Amino acid sequence: MTKSKDQDMINRLESAARTGGITKREFIRYSVLAGLTATTATGLWSTKAKAQPKSGGTFRWGLHDGNTSDNHDPGAYVTRQMIFMAHTHRSFLTMIMGDGSLGPDLADSWEASADASEWTFKLSENASFHSGKKFTADDVIASLNHHRGDDSTSAAKSLLADVLEITKDGDYTLVVKLSGGNADFPWLMTDYHLAICPAKDDGTIDWESGDGTGPYKIDSGEFGVGFNLSRHDGWHREGAYFDNVEIVILNDPNARQTALMTGDVDAVSLIELKTMALLQRNPNIKIHNIPSAGAITLPMHCNAAPFDNVDVRNALKLAMNRDEIIEKIAFGAATKGNDFHHSPAQPYWPDGIAQREYDPDQAKSLLKKAGAEGLTVSLSTADSVYAGAVDMAVLYAEQAKAAGININVVREPNDGYYSDVWLKKPFCLVSWGARPTPDVMYTLAYKDDAAWNESYWQNEQFNKLLLQAKAELDDAKRADMYREMAILAKDDGGTIIPFFNNFVYANSTKVGTPDQLAASWENDGARAASRWWFES
Amino acid sequence: MGDILQLVLKRLGLGLVTLLVVSILIFFAVELLPGDIAEAVLGQGATPETVAALRDKLGLDQPAILRYLQWLGGALTGDFGVSLVSGVSVGDAIGERFVNTLFLATYAAVIAVPISIILGVIVALLRNTLFDRVANVATLTSISSPEFFLGYILILYLAVKTQYFPAIASISPDMTFGELLHRTFLPALTLVLVVTAHMMRMTRAAIINLLASPYIEMARLKGVPPWKIIVKHALPNAWAPIINVVALNLAYLITGVVLVEVVFVYPGIGQLLVDAVAKRDFPIVQACCLIFAATFILLNLAADVGAILTNPRLRHPK
Repeated sequence: MTKSKDQDMINRLESAARTGGITKREFIRYSVLAGLTATTATGLWSTKAKAQPKSGGTFRWGLHDGNTSDNHDPGAYVTRQMIFMAHTHRSFLTMIMGDGSLGPDLADSWEASADASEWTFKLSENASFHSGKKFTADDVIASLNHHRGDDSTSAAKSLLADVLEITKDGDYTLVVKLSGGNADFPWLMTDYHLAICPAKDDGTIDWESGDGTGPYKIDSGEFGVGFNLSRHDGWHREGAYFDNVEIVILNDPNARQTALMTGDVDAVSLIELKTMALLQRNPNIKIHNIPSAGAITLPMHCNAAPFDNVDVRNALKLAMNRDEIIEKIAFGAATKGNDFHHSPAQPYWPDGIAQREYDPDQAKSLLKKAGAEGLTVSLSTADSVYAGAVDMAVLYAEQAKAAGININVVREPNDGYYSDVWLKKPFCLVSWGARPTPDVMYTLAYKDDAAWNESYWQNEQFNKLLLQAKAELDDAKRADMYREMAILAKDDGGTIIPFFNNFVYANSTKVGTPDQLAASWENDGARAASRWWFES
Repeated sequence: MGDILQLVLKRLGLGLVTLLVVSILIFFAVELLPGDIAEAVLGQGATPETVAALRDKLGLDQPAILRYLQWLGGALTGDFGVSLVSGVSVGDAIGERFVNTLFLATYAAVIAVPISIILGVIVALLRNTLFDRVANVATLTSISSPEFFLGYILILYLAVKTQYFPAIASISPDMTFGELLHRTFLPALTLVLVVTAHMMRMTRAAIINLLASPYIEMARLKGVPPWKIIVKHALPNAWAPIINVVALNLAYLITGVVLVEVVFVYPGIGQLLVDAVAKRDFPIVQACCLIFAATFILLNLAADVGAILTNPRLRHPK
């Protein structure tokens, strides 16, 4: 080939890339053939050819965890099917962005009173429901009240327990009064239960129709099977590049991965860790491995012997080889835990706290100090907690033997695990979903009087800091408090945290994804439908 | 024919009693499961307060016997209640899915029944030859493998490697009949493989059993060709056991397909039942189980009536 021919080919490739006639992979391959280096070709693709996500196409999306008995009541959302649907056909006051910050959804902006006990939200004036109805503050009031009041059966009731009053000041200003300061209140508004539904005249909401203000409207569907959605022209934020979205419920891991490989779906919400390495070999599939704030915990009841002795608790923490557990049980798809329930995927993460490593000798000497040498404890677990939960308990029991600790692994029934074992058995294995901020997590499961204080841990200083940090609007001061709380939890607390599990999901290389993916849920914070696009 | 009518009526009456007993067993089996519907519905978000509110709303604070009698009262008047979880009427929740299950069962049966009976006749004719051995080993292998394994093998070769058929059998109402057959071919084929061996081997055994009888000997001495002996002389007398096995396998095609539904993501009644049990959604569980029980009762009845009609001697028991 002559030089001018090469240049001619590069020009044609550029134009093909601009019009979408060629994928990035092909573009780079041909550019290299035409004499460019791979780095130059990649640069050319991103600067000259590919600037904007493209619109169009039908996004076929395979989701795990869908049940036929689900429904559109936001207070009853429990499966991934409904959580992902809620982020597709409904919207929220605020949303978690790709970089982990808090961004606007139905609320344009928000500000707090000086003690953070009164929040004012300025609402978007451009938003509308799929039915054509304008969105106003009344819809927000009715939607939030759906989770409040004595007869509410909503799972989000405790989340809004501090709310005293919700009022409006005109159609597009919302004022929320709290019983105490809460600097995280706008973060709470991203909770998947707090989806906004149209208000009825009597102040209740119409959730039955499935109407919402989200980027896509429901055309048809059946719970536990799938949904067809099309773009909502009145969507008030950016994104929503696909014309249509087809959600397919694929509960079986094999069916999910096969569907992705045969091209029956464009993206799936969960990949089995066991087969992740095999799937990685497929050049048409891109796997995302995103650290999340979900965690596996082993709470020890601090009010029961032998766990009432802090040396025993710390010995059990030291007797765990987290690296081996992450490698063998989580297949590497996890972030190492350090016995405080605050993940790097959450804001205010305290960097630089010394990592607790496997140290059977020190564990032994702590037990000696506590007069509990040759300790024997029972650890309850069940398969449903986490894929490999029983194996993990057995592996931990083996590791602890080096410290002279005898752990009996008790396998409990899957059914009713969270009502009969959790909070009742003194030492068990628990899986926690991601919570948006450290305050929400600590208040839920570490506060002295919390219903779910799973380790029955009482620490005066920790609880004092928790309340202070909650109402503190100065970010730097707040971060310092969370650091101190993390150290207290790590050295005195009753919870072993082996790891924070990653979200592992995959899509076809035909699908374009942003550089940063939100870590609040799988598939870009459950918002793949409105944030992703087709490359070609 | 009066005696057959009497038999049918008697068996239907007994069937109703069976259904009543089944409904009692199901109700108390669901009661025995740990945890209740309020805890299952609220999941990890359950607090004592919300659980109590939901129990109150669903009337779970009443004693179990009272709740069963209320359900029974409704069922006797044709009202099977509403799903406790979603509030949809049981008829609406089950209707379309049951039609899907029937469609898949019919599809599989239309392929499996003729194939296994014809194969059965052929292997009886060619007994102890290589063909007989191969057919037996092949069908026994497929019946001995778990359904999900057969399904995965079919997916691997017919969907992933060759792409002849789709890997997931998701169907929608606007599909043409041809598309529907194409989409659901792999799950139907899996079911065919699972039920063929039983029917084929019963056909073979029933026919071979008769070949030693004197009237077959007579036919052979007359010089009737072997295929005619089997089709015209042996088969008519062998129908009774074959029909029984066919009926049992048809019932299995309707009630035993949960694994196939899961593997191929087919929206049938099995998946609905599994979800309902997980959520302790008693009215749905009850309705699904009664449908399954009724399927067995009716198909067994049909098998007996069929056996009597093909063999008039059975109408005059000694």
